[in-house]
Amino acid sequence: MEELIKCERLAFSYENADVIKDLSFTVCEGDYLCIVGENGSGKSTLTKGLLGLKAPDSGTITFGEGLKRNEIGYLPQQTPAQKDFPASVFEVVLSGRLNSRGLRPFYSKNDKMTAHDNIRKLGIEDLMRRSYRDLSGGQQQRVLLARALCAGRKLIFLDEPVTGLDPIVTEEMYRLIEELNKKDKITVVMVSHDIVSAVKYATHILHLNYEKSFFGTAEEYIKSPLGQYFFSDAV
Amino acid sequence: MINEIIEMFQNDFMIRALIGGILVSLCASLLGVSLVLKRYSMIGDGLSHVGFGALAVASAIGSAAPLQIAIPVVVAAAFFLLRLSENSKVKGDAAIALISTGALAIGITAASVTGLNTDINSYLFGSIIAMDSTDLIFCSVLSFIIIVLFVFFYNKIFAVTFDENFAKATGTKAGIYNMIIALLTALTIVVGMKMMGSMLISSLIIFPAVISMRLCSRFKTVIITSAIVSVLCFIIGLIVSYYYSAPTGASIVIVNLIVLVLAVIISRFRIRKGKI
Repeated sequence: MEELIKCERLAFSYENADVIKDLSFTVCEGDYLCIVGENGSGKSTLTKGLLGLKAPDSGTITFGEGLKRNEIGYLPQQTPAQKDFPASVFEVVLSGRLNSRGLRPFYSKNDKMTAHDNIRKLGIEDLMRRSYRDLSGGQQQRVLLARALCAGRKLIFLDEPVTGLDPIVTEEMYRLIEELNKKDKITVVMVSHDIVSAVKYATHILHLNYEKSFFGTAEEYIKSPLGQYFFSDAV
Repeated sequence: MINEIIEMFQNDFMIRALIGGILVSLCASLLGVSLVLKRYSMIGDGLSHVGFGALAVASAIGSAAPLQIAIPVVVAAAFFLLRLSENSKVKGDAAIALISTGALAIGITAASVTGLNTDINSYLFGSIIAMDSTDLIFCSVLSFIIIVLFVFFYNKIFAVTFDENFAKATGTKAGIYNMIIALLTALTIVVGMKMMGSMLISSLIIFPAVISMRLCSRFKTVIITSAIVSVLCFIIGLIVSYYYSAPTGASIVIVNLIVLVLAVIISRFRIRKGKI
């Protein structure tokens, strides 16, 4: 398996306080990695680091041969301003192609076809002409996931994709992500609060903890002290 | 009525006001959608006050081209305000209010100390005869640049407006496009200030955007509607202003206000009928 992202001895600090220290892990092609941890354990800091929005204080983040920075799809957390944004679903999905345009100002036919393909893949064709602001939370997440797929075919980075969704829609969302990972061989990195689902769907778990983080497969995680501690509570 | 309108536009100053005003309205309405959606409306308002201050001080020290002097000041203020708004730690809205009122106070003082009192009213609320032929050329060139840049960067402006985090994370330099938006806004404000008045120029940015967002649901149609609403309201406002000798800026704002009320009623009605 080709290594897509390799992080070695990462350290991040925020306002002079260390948030993450001595963190190493790798993401290989086809992996489904869930990053979990309590509030303040550095999940958002690590997210920013992986997306290149914040430089680590020490350590390195290396992208594999087959992955360029503009080949990463990203599903961010929604901002309040977006909820009433007047844009059609197609406009939003198409904007995911922007990173492959460089300085060329307008989208090509190819870009539009990619947008159509991803809309079809996520089963939102009937919403295509609708306005983003009129959709339900779950539909909006699907639209943003389609946009993420437009931005990166190899790896998608999902930041708490099920926050605010009801249990049924949450389950649908997890199924959809699983399908993208298994069927379309898209590598998934997800930040999540939901440890139970993380273990159920992910192949690998990164549990951030200031004292000692855990990185390994989901099976190893359940047996680890950190996993045991959580699962004795959760199950 | 028609004859009176034709007669009205036989005056050179009216033709200048018409052409210049249409161009400024276009620019303002295009940028306005992005500014309103990014919650940057107050930046436009703050900048217009800074523009007034710069213009008044420039006239007070006897500059031959006060508009050209105001440009760098307003552009600098635009970048500064943008920085403040991006940095959530500083109270951005309070800072904008401080800068607006500060600039206004400096401008008013400079203008009254040097005895420019007759002009103050037109600086503040706009004047139909404000645009001379040099201003018109200046305004046409700038508007042309603004419109070309806007069309060229349209897709990037959409992406950065809709979701800055996504744009940044996937490799678009969001900061640069924010600066382009701020720069273009600053230029539009300086260009439109003389006719619209510095108190009211920001309405040209905000009203058409808010109106079109009520009526349309796609970004492209919002932009186009905003441009059409802006130009139509300007033309009607200009005619009203000539007819009743009312301040140009104020007349245009009132026309916009009426259209906004209509738009709110229409959108309420549509929601009740269930077809949002």
